[in-house]
Amino acid sequence: MSGLLGLYNYWIVIILMMTGFYAVIARPNLIKQIIGLFIFQTSVFILFISMANIEGGTAPIIKEGIRLYSNPLPHVLILTAIVVSLATTALGLALVVRIKEAYGTINEDNIHVQDEED
Amino acid sequence: MLISDLPVLQVVIPLAAAPVCLLLRNPRHAWACALIASWLVLAIALMLVQRVHAVGTLSYAIGAWVAPWGIEYRIDMAGALMVLVVAIIGALVMPFARRSIEHEILEKCTGLFYTCYLLCLCGLLGMVVTGDAFNLFVFLEISSLSSYVLISLGSRRRALTAAYQYLIMGTIGATFILIGVGLLYMMTGTLNMVDLSQRLPEVANTRTIMAAFAFVTVGVSIKLALFPLHQWLPNAYTDAPSVVSAFIAATATKVGVYVLLRFFFTVFGMQFSFDAMHVGEILMLLAVAGILIASLVAVFQDNVKRMLAYSSVAQIGYIILGISMASAAGVSAGMIHLFNHAMIKGALFLAIGCIFLRLGSAELRDMHGLARHMPWTMAAFVAGGLSLIGIPLTSGFISKWYLASAALSGGYWPLVVLILASSLIGLIYMWRVVEVAYFHVPGTMMHKVREAPAVMLIPTWLLIGINLYVGMDASLITDITRQGAEILIGEALQ
Repeated sequence: MSGLLGLYNYWIVIILMMTGFYAVIARPNLIKQIIGLFIFQTSVFILFISMANIEGGTAPIIKEGIRLYSNPLPHVLILTAIVVSLATTALGLALVVRIKEAYGTINEDNIHVQDEED
Repeated sequence: MLISDLPVLQVVIPLAAAPVCLLLRNPRHAWACALIASWLVLAIALMLVQRVHAVGTLSYAIGAWVAPWGIEYRIDMAGALMVLVVAIIGALVMPFARRSIEHEILEKCTGLFYTCYLLCLCGLLGMVVTGDAFNLFVFLEISSLSSYVLISLGSRRRALTAAYQYLIMGTIGATFILIGVGLLYMMTGTLNMVDLSQRLPEVANTRTIMAAFAFVTVGVSIKLALFPLHQWLPNAYTDAPSVVSAFIAATATKVGVYVLLRFFFTVFGMQFSFDAMHVGEILMLLAVAGILIASLVAVFQDNVKRMLAYSSVAQIGYIILGISMASAAGVSAGMIHLFNHAMIKGALFLAIGCIFLRLGSAELRDMHGLARHMPWTMAAFVAGGLSLIGIPLTSGFISKWYLASAALSGGYWPLVVLILASSLIGLIYMWRVVEVAYFHVPGTMMHKVREAPAVMLIPTWLLIGINLYVGMDASLITDITRQGAEILIGEALQ
């Protein structure tokens, strides 16, 4: 499998990345922005995992007869990145909760209107 | 043995002290813990500068895993200077913090504040010393996440939206850096910066590496608030607690600049960054636009913190301007201004912190006749302002002198005109504050206002003292930056 179809992982990465990015930029709802941010970050995880794969390789476990295995390092890196992304999402949502308490809305446009009035 | 562990100790100490602060419920104890940790970090930073000066670049293998397989901490002269900047600011804001934080933050949050402060300090120091591209991302996120929390602790509700906005922008920036690092790993199979620099030339002409370069550059530019990616910065600086404004304004963006330097010069190499990718021209254009537009916007701000924030965007422009010249003189000038601006902005934001403690406001309209009631604070503000403008005998003059001479020797004479013109704009916005505070009649509310306490004035004046010292005898700092720039560029200065 080669060519454009063989790289389908990367197409998925690009689609997810753009979907998430669009939601962050274009959506006025803060929760939807956080969801978009999470999708955006997830696409990068898939990018890392995809590039670790080696054609015909198996899981990276030392065992008799296995010569070719995929690169375990990106997996480890992504474990760290997932933790970071989880922390970011949690903190973002916590901020949204506080914003809701303080402003009574989670719509960015309404928040701007209220800020102007202050 | 302990001496050789210095590079890692200065990251580990704040990291270990952070949970201790969380456990110490008492605000006083948490403050004492953070104070001790930040002063230890300063002591280590001074020892590191001295050691790097004596023996050259330091390398430390974490867990004795040798680079390029393990994570390497690497400190050269440029890194040592950055460590020093972060450590000085980190240590000086702490004595200041106790009174200011008691006034601005709820008591039950105080322990959390010091925890996040130490984590932020740890992240910033880690970003400077690490020699591993992925480790850099992790430290970046440690410092960013804790700074979002610190900003959200501001007393007005706008602090929440400012922190949220910064979180969105910052996470996009950090994820861009992660993509860039991923693409680099894809092509070279290594994450160690020195190793990367050796393996990259072979594959430099591929689109993957070019994309990696673009992602990293844009990602870091968001973190250092390069115009026009600076939108998060004014709100964040304005609404954060005073101590946080001072700490973040003086360190976070500067460390961002340092990361950019590391990627441009160490990882990608000067030839690829500036000749193949033409990043110099792009940066110079953005720096010029940032200097002019942000300075002009600063003139029209009625909140002094917001004014200083826009001025920061302009000053970052100066630093980037120096780097964009891609000469040893330019990079050296950029680094001199990086150090000086950290000290200037730190001092100015601390002075505003003193004013905020007594007035409960940083609005210009509340400061009528303030100088009669807070003479020492306002004198510090004026001294910092003079330095920001670049009057001779202040450190700002040294920066601008070196920037202008680098521009002249590079043949960019219009930039010299720009530096002079923007200094004049700086004079206008600083004068607005001076005029109101010194020459306006005090309002009726003003008679209750007293001078700020000594614990807050002394750190402010220490930073001003560093400014004046560098203004009068710049040989120490220019010596360090010249060595740093030489290592980065790999060529000797004339």
